[in-house]
Amino acid sequence: MKRFDEGRRSGDGWASQDRFPDAAVHFGVFFQGVNHSTIWSDAASGSQIDFETFRRLVSTAERGLFDAFFLGEGLRLREQDGKILDLDIAGRPDAITQLAALAGITRHIGLVATQNITYNEPADLARKLAGLDLLSGGRAGWNAVTTDNAWTGANFRRGGFADHAKRYERAGEFVTIARAIWDSWSNTAITDSQHGFSWLEPGEVRQVERDTEHFGVTITPTLPRSPQGHPVIFQAGDSPDGRDFAAAHAEVIFSRHGTHFDDALGFADDIRARLRAAGRPEDDIKIMPGTQIVLAEKESEVPEKVRWVLENQVTGPTALSLVGQIWGIDLSDRDPDGPLPAEDPVPLPVSVTRGTPRHGEDPITIARAWRELAEARNLTLRQVAIETSQRTGFAGTPGQVADELTRWVRRGASDGFNITPYLVPTGLDEIVDWLIPELQERNSYRTEYTGSTLREHLGLRPPLSRRS
Amino acid sequence: MSRFALGIELDGAGYHPAAWRRSADEPARLLSAQTLQARVSAAENAGFTLATFDDSILPPATGPAGRIDAPTRASFVAATTSTLGLVPAVATTYAEPFHTASALATLDYSSRGRAGWLATLDPDAAATWGRPPRTTDAELRREHRDSIEVARRLWDSWEDDAVIRDWTTGRFLDRNKLHYIDFESETFSVKGPAIVPRPPQGQVVVFADGGDEDVSNSSAADVVIVTGADPETAIAAARRAAGIALIFIDLEVALDTPARSAAARLAELDAHEPAESTGRLHFSGPPAELVALLTRLSRDADGVRLHPAVIDEDLPVLARAVLPTLFHTDIAHRPVPGSTLRANLGLDRPANRYAQDEDTAS
Repeated sequence: MKRFDEGRRSGDGWASQDRFPDAAVHFGVFFQGVNHSTIWSDAASGSQIDFETFRRLVSTAERGLFDAFFLGEGLRLREQDGKILDLDIAGRPDAITQLAALAGITRHIGLVATQNITYNEPADLARKLAGLDLLSGGRAGWNAVTTDNAWTGANFRRGGFADHAKRYERAGEFVTIARAIWDSWSNTAITDSQHGFSWLEPGEVRQVERDTEHFGVTITPTLPRSPQGHPVIFQAGDSPDGRDFAAAHAEVIFSRHGTHFDDALGFADDIRARLRAAGRPEDDIKIMPGTQIVLAEKESEVPEKVRWVLENQVTGPTALSLVGQIWGIDLSDRDPDGPLPAEDPVPLPVSVTRGTPRHGEDPITIARAWRELAEARNLTLRQVAIETSQRTGFAGTPGQVADELTRWVRRGASDGFNITPYLVPTGLDEIVDWLIPELQERNSYRTEYTGSTLREHLGLRPPLSRRS
Repeated sequence: MSRFALGIELDGAGYHPAAWRRSADEPARLLSAQTLQARVSAAENAGFTLATFDDSILPPATGPAGRIDAPTRASFVAATTSTLGLVPAVATTYAEPFHTASALATLDYSSRGRAGWLATLDPDAAATWGRPPRTTDAELRREHRDSIEVARRLWDSWEDDAVIRDWTTGRFLDRNKLHYIDFESETFSVKGPAIVPRPPQGQVVVFADGGDEDVSNSSAADVVIVTGADPETAIAAARRAAGIALIFIDLEVALDTPARSAAARLAELDAHEPAESTGRLHFSGPPAELVALLTRLSRDADGVRLHPAVIDEDLPVLARAVLPTLFHTDIAHRPVPGSTLRANLGLDRPANRYAQDEDTAS
């Protein structure tokens, strides 16, 4: 958790370091649908699948003038030790279908679907996203992700998996085909008269044909361009290849750098450099780190609120599961309030929790660091899990957090934040009711929607393929 | 028959390829949210049991060559309707059954148990998907059968009470109530379980074209839609298929409007672009004669699916002069608010194929 020990206030000395003095904070809400960061044991925790949960959350986000409502996706239930992981929330809707339903009951907020490039085909996915974009009046976004494990492929007729080295190559081709589909109808493709020659003007739709290493397709697209040109493309990968993919194709990055300012600034500077190298303006990608925000009305209440959140996220069984993932052994019969395992970790080539990214960290190194932490501060297994798991996000009074978020965007560390609420569906209430008025007081948050499309909310230029 | 369900096809501007010329809005509005919402609301207000949304990844062969995918259209209206069954077409030929099953289960949640699936074939779409062609009858039947089977198993792969939120053991799920489906066929396999919990109806209502004998013979569908160019043929087809599923008859309708006769309307539309014969039962004329035809069909079929010539012209006549009479005479009934599509069709909520039967297990 970010601590506020320096008592910074807007307008103090550091404000002169603002690179973007007029920048405003953009918010998205990330409905994650898996992982232990969503607390299910609290009385306020609602259904993870009932539509009312989504209606409530998206309504709160729209009341709070958020840019986007964001749905995650996982195409196979997560497992640990060969068994379905039963400790965390699970069971979530198909993203595009659910966002279409939410489009029918909202007017402004952007609707972003995480969709997998490996287990979709471009004609089908581009058409579905374009349909959502049209029906929502230009509010659709696509978080383009790739998978390279055959384990997920077991749910698909396509089966198999993309070669790790080639997954971004395939992703690049996929996005290029999707753009060609979205750009295939001229702006005057549909006749403007019921007495016209035909509904579609002759010669106004280009067929899309591709014969490449990864795709051999011939597509006659069925949809016109939406009010925002085409869906906004989000990207979330953090590897060098992923960052290059973003610099070539993405318009928003859903980054992992949402806790430490210097780390976030370094990431943002890296992306700006990659954009310049790719021949794009350095503000052509908006960076929205995933984050968590814990608020308390009084400063004295903040530590207690933070502890409450962490202890509910990392229950005893969850702590055993998290530590077991690092150690590579089933610890479910151990005592979470006892010490870390005495034995050494069993190095595994892949994560034992299938579907959970390990971000390439080495279990042996992590285990060594955790042992040192436990020894130095005399911590139990669960306390270590709490200390080392949820080190993301911001905590403080609404005023403190508003100062900090304002600092981030004005100094160029990010353009906004993708908030994962720790409670569903009430987890945005305090943010909208407490934090946003504080941000608005600092002139760092909109007071009304000024555009109608997601692209306008984010302040993005027209799609890359539509610039002259 | 105690129930006679009324369905309406809402794809495009109507079954007639020139219908867009007589629609209420300018041509580009055919693909707009407002037009979709208005037509769906009109169908729900009229008292239809369900609406189908035809689809293909390919452009329609005739009429306007633009179309938003059907599950997205159906889902867009799910939360702003309350009684109308929503039945999007999704082809079984090349699509991933895992995605299809997830999308339809999601629609069932957002519509509170009003989702159906019109399982269609799309043999000509291989190059669009970039997949090996499946064009023979045997291949198409196999993909159809396998895709429906996979969806049905996935919908059962979570038992209804799989989410336990057991505070004492820290478990959100009871993994004994989640099931691998381990489906394997000649062409693909699917492991499971689903990523979406079991839909509110247990099983989404599956509609299939009666032309596919394998579907009707294997009872894979809950509702089989039969065609016949005249009432006798349609009724004979309905009788042949009876007993394995609910039987709907496809029926094209062009009605006399207060301003113009159906014959005059069709003549004008045909002058622009003649409608190709679909082999479906066809009616054109005054509302009272359509009521008589539907009354006759109700003796041998469980429902009809009406294909209006021009949705914006024929749906208002259906709403004012046809459905009210069918309701007055108890031939048909408005769907019950709060009920599922299954319930409105008289279908039970099916038991879960994977759930341990308490009686036999003990």
